[in-house]
Amino acid sequence: MQKQAIFQSKLLPYALVAPQLAIVLIFFYWPALQAVIQSFLLQDAFGLSTTFVWFDNYIELFRDPAYFESIVRTFVFSFAIAVSSLSFALLLAVMADKPLRGSVLYRTLLIWPYAVAPPVVGVLWIFMLHPSLGIIARYLRAMGVDWNPLLDGDQAAALIILAAAWKQISYNFLFFLAGLQAIPKSVLEAAAIDGARPMRRFWTVTFPLLSPTIFFLLVVNIVYAFFDTFGIIDTMTRGGPGTSTVTLVYKVYSDGLLGGNLGSSAAQSVILMIMVIVLTGIQFRFVERKVTY
Amino acid sequence: MVEEEGFRRYIAHIILWIGIAIVAFPVYIAFIASTQDNALIANGQMSLLPGGHFFETYYQTIFVGTSGSTREPVGNMMLNSLVMALLIAVGKIAISIISAYAIVYFRFPFRMPIFWIIFITLMLPVEVRIYPTYKIVADLHMLDSYAGLALPLIASATATLLFRQFFMTVPDELLEASRIDGAGPLRFFWDTLLPLSRTNMAALFVILFILGWNQYLWPLLITTRDDMQTIQVGIRKMITTTDALTEWPIVMATAVLAMLPPVFVVVVMQKLFVRGLVETEK
Repeated sequence: MQKQAIFQSKLLPYALVAPQLAIVLIFFYWPALQAVIQSFLLQDAFGLSTTFVWFDNYIELFRDPAYFESIVRTFVFSFAIAVSSLSFALLLAVMADKPLRGSVLYRTLLIWPYAVAPPVVGVLWIFMLHPSLGIIARYLRAMGVDWNPLLDGDQAAALIILAAAWKQISYNFLFFLAGLQAIPKSVLEAAAIDGARPMRRFWTVTFPLLSPTIFFLLVVNIVYAFFDTFGIIDTMTRGGPGTSTVTLVYKVYSDGLLGGNLGSSAAQSVILMIMVIVLTGIQFRFVERKVTY
Repeated sequence: MVEEEGFRRYIAHIILWIGIAIVAFPVYIAFIASTQDNALIANGQMSLLPGGHFFETYYQTIFVGTSGSTREPVGNMMLNSLVMALLIAVGKIAISIISAYAIVYFRFPFRMPIFWIIFITLMLPVEVRIYPTYKIVADLHMLDSYAGLALPLIASATATLLFRQFFMTVPDELLEASRIDGAGPLRFFWDTLLPLSRTNMAALFVILFILGWNQYLWPLLITTRDDMQTIQVGIRKMITTTDALTEWPIVMATAVLAMLPPVFVVVVMQKLFVRGLVETEK
């Protein structure tokens, strides 16, 4: 698609794209290229010489059980966050889609957590579930649960998933509500006339028509769980106890902080890049299909 | 209209209020904690009703900071966050709108390669290239500076794509008309295209402001000086590893202050927010 009416100028268009091009080249392409190059190099202990080692950094990474564990953990977290947040948000959206009094107020009261930053989400939840002073932890104790996410890795993981899913409810709710409102009411009326009860109407009519939204949100939630959980993890558990909440992004960060193996950290970055490109590719294909509907 | 029986409607109201309660509860607790005495909280004796330390705690949080040796007033952190968020939002909109203008309204050699170079940046968030980016920012002597905070986060294509899409829908007659009036490309951009883009710019601004204000990993890496901390980084540093020393009322007051600006923007500019959110989702 191209415009028919255009301007003629030799230099002006270059001047107009120059600022963005410069920023993108300096702060995007150059670092990305550096990461790729470094991932093929091995630096000696003093940082004096480097040798080209082909895929050694990658091979070493995949031989490292800790790395493999963090891949599995990242996917488990993503899946748990996406499923729990999506199902709760869908329930709320279906309710808010009904012709109710005060539906605008409901929407406002449900969407604002989108604006809460991940580290703040982490602070809010660790405060409520802190083993020694948390207000919810107190009740868990009273109910006989041996609650200590600072020592128990599974509990720490559950805490991260809970907090991350909480933050994502509002986003999912908003998109589900938009998706529900786009479903023609006549279809539902037809089903009602055929005698389908509300539950049946939902599963046989609404849910299938909503599937593009569900799929879109699934991808967005997975990307969110990959990257935006960093702030939540860093304020709540700092990857601990042990390494039980270290995700891929957290590992790139913490390995790099220790300043150790540059090649390995670069290889991790490249693997993450490939994962995001695949996820975004899936998302784009989906959006294109939606447009041609 | 599919009629809802009264009973089902009550259920819907109840479920929605439960949802709202779940969403609001952590924030309510944070606010309550920020008005109470630290000793009470540390003992796990916190009450569920507001305490009497509201003014005292918020005054200390905003103007003094924690009692630690490296304390920093939260007011100053908020200022840093504000500058960073504004730079990201305004900077991204400014550079994107002019490059989209060039790509849509001009034919020039390398137009499509340039478009693709910008387009590809959509794919990779800053998190996957943090250390190489850090090194470049350090080499450019931009650590602990607003430019270093904002520039790497501006390097992405969302806004460019959005403006490109919008410009494609602007009728060609507008350009022809202003050309007949003797307007050149800059005149047309300034007098016709910018006013038309106002709503798009506003919607984008709302989203970018929230995203900018909420940045965490990048500011965490490149700010070393306490007076350059953003509020998101500052709150993390207030939670000491030795729990006994954490001043929870101040931490919670900081959490509340960190939420206020973006939540305010979402609630007050809800229409623009929803529009921006739906449009920026590629």
